[in-house]
Amino acid sequence: MSLPEILPLGLDALLVRFSTTWSEAANTAAQRLAAALSADPLPGQTEVAPGLGSALLRFDRLKTTRAAIVGAVRDRLDHAAAPEDAARHWLVPACFGGVEGPQLAAAAALAGRSETTLISELCATNLRVLALGFAPGQPYLGTLPDHWQMPRLPALTPRVAAGTITTALCQIVLFAAPSPTGWRALGRTAFRPFAAEAAEPFLLRPGDFLRFTPTSAENIAMLIEKGDPLGGAIRSFPK
Amino acid sequence: MTGYLEVISAGPGISVQDLGRPGYTAFGLSTGGAADRRALWEAAALLGQSGPQAALELPLTGGRFRVTAPSRIALTGAPMQASRDGKPLIWNASHLLAPGECLDLRPGESGVYGYLSLAGGLLTPETLGARATLAAAGLGTPVHAGLRLPFGADPAPDAAPQHLPPEDRFTGGALRVIAGPQTALFDTETRTRAFATRFRAGPASRQGLALLQDGAAFATETSGLLSDFIGPGDIQMTGTGQAVVLLADCQTIGGYPRLGTVIPLDLPRAAQARPGTALRLVEIPLDAAETASPPEALWLAQIRRLLRPLTRDPRDMTDLLAYQLISGMIRGDEEDA
Repeated sequence: MSLPEILPLGLDALLVRFSTTWSEAANTAAQRLAAALSADPLPGQTEVAPGLGSALLRFDRLKTTRAAIVGAVRDRLDHAAAPEDAARHWLVPACFGGVEGPQLAAAAALAGRSETTLISELCATNLRVLALGFAPGQPYLGTLPDHWQMPRLPALTPRVAAGTITTALCQIVLFAAPSPTGWRALGRTAFRPFAAEAAEPFLLRPGDFLRFTPTSAENIAMLIEKGDPLGGAIRSFPK
Repeated sequence: MTGYLEVISAGPGISVQDLGRPGYTAFGLSTGGAADRRALWEAAALLGQSGPQAALELPLTGGRFRVTAPSRIALTGAPMQASRDGKPLIWNASHLLAPGECLDLRPGESGVYGYLSLAGGLLTPETLGARATLAAAGLGTPVHAGLRLPFGADPAPDAAPQHLPPEDRFTGGALRVIAGPQTALFDTETRTRAFATRFRAGPASRQGLALLQDGAAFATETSGLLSDFIGPGDIQMTGTGQAVVLLADCQTIGGYPRLGTVIPLDLPRAAQARPGTALRLVEIPLDAAETASPPEALWLAQIRRLLRPLTRDPRDMTDLLAYQLISGMIRGDEEDA
């Protein structure tokens, strides 16, 4: 991969852009750079965020200059040490099909697989959090094999419930809040990636790994009823 | 004495706003906060605060309020028709509001967002470090009639009322724009045309303002473009070639290409543009923008230099005959008297 572009993003931020089209390598590079900058901030740095193919770096104009921060980022890119593997893993119970996943059959048909095969394949995949966005805490997960390359629906579904698992473009979005969407709904979890009132408002971080574990719709309904944002998820974190 | 701001009546869309929640971009949470941030800094200057406090934001709507403890208030942002117990109050100024007095705010002739600030700030519950209302995330305090909003004690209720000369950012005009990461995705013809176009403000919300124009839609190349970071001030070109200026509550990531970014100093001018208001985009180099739009932390000192003691405008003195105008005159030789 060639060197990323460093571009102005408003007056107090810059964008380190690894790619303008989807690339797993660019996404990983953006997450690595953001992790390195978070662990060892540059003078004047106020915020760093990894995106799908870029990293945002915000700075305090009273403490540094754009020229200084651009120079420091270049230097960091040249000498970035490979960070230790500190990936965090999540196992999230989910139910598929039925009222919670009305487009499972259509998605399976597009993928040329049976519903059962499609779900087994999904639940066997360690999905990476590619980015959080569109709603607070909401993960874009991926990526899945090529037969998951499904276009968005021609018409928006007016509302999917929080916790709905949807797919398009070899990715999964796990909705953090009720929302309209053009993605196909496959199933549902009781996992709430953003809960403002919780001690830990955001459960996921970019770079985390998440795997769905199939369970019944009754179990998911019970977990939703319980109201714990974790929704029965099990986590395994380093250290 | 701490007190409550009692909401006797309130139009739709009134909310508690401060400077929002910076620092959560990685988690997909917008900073949000006041649509016209300058208005909160003006209130801070008028009330002698060290920085902006949570205030009420009134979008093209009115309300009636009372306080349970005396407090200075500041009225900033889009000029509204304000009155205290039926007597007009000067906008862009601080005033003392005593318990029992009724404060009425109604939309004025220009601008969108008016602000009512209290000297001790609104003390509604904080979430993730701020009180700002972000409807999409269910954060903050939407305001409706019957609410009682706690506020902090006024540290100096006897301080003399202050006034700021009105700044005209409520009737449209030029929005200075710097290039952004996606400016180069637009061809020269499209960019040239965008900066020569006479726009008018279209439908708007706290998330964005549509810029309407009579010419052809703007050409955008979006196929395969990866979603990337967006922020307030960005000028997004939607799939149909419609320009939208993103405002305080915009999302953190978006898939539409962006022509550039309106500088922070000019963004209130966009937020305050009523439907139909004339707006144009003016491209300026980054270094010029850095000089023109200083960091927000420096705004307070600049605004403070403009403060003037509030004197009554003779036009507002309905009881003019009661004033002893002559006895206040000087002869010029009474210095040693």
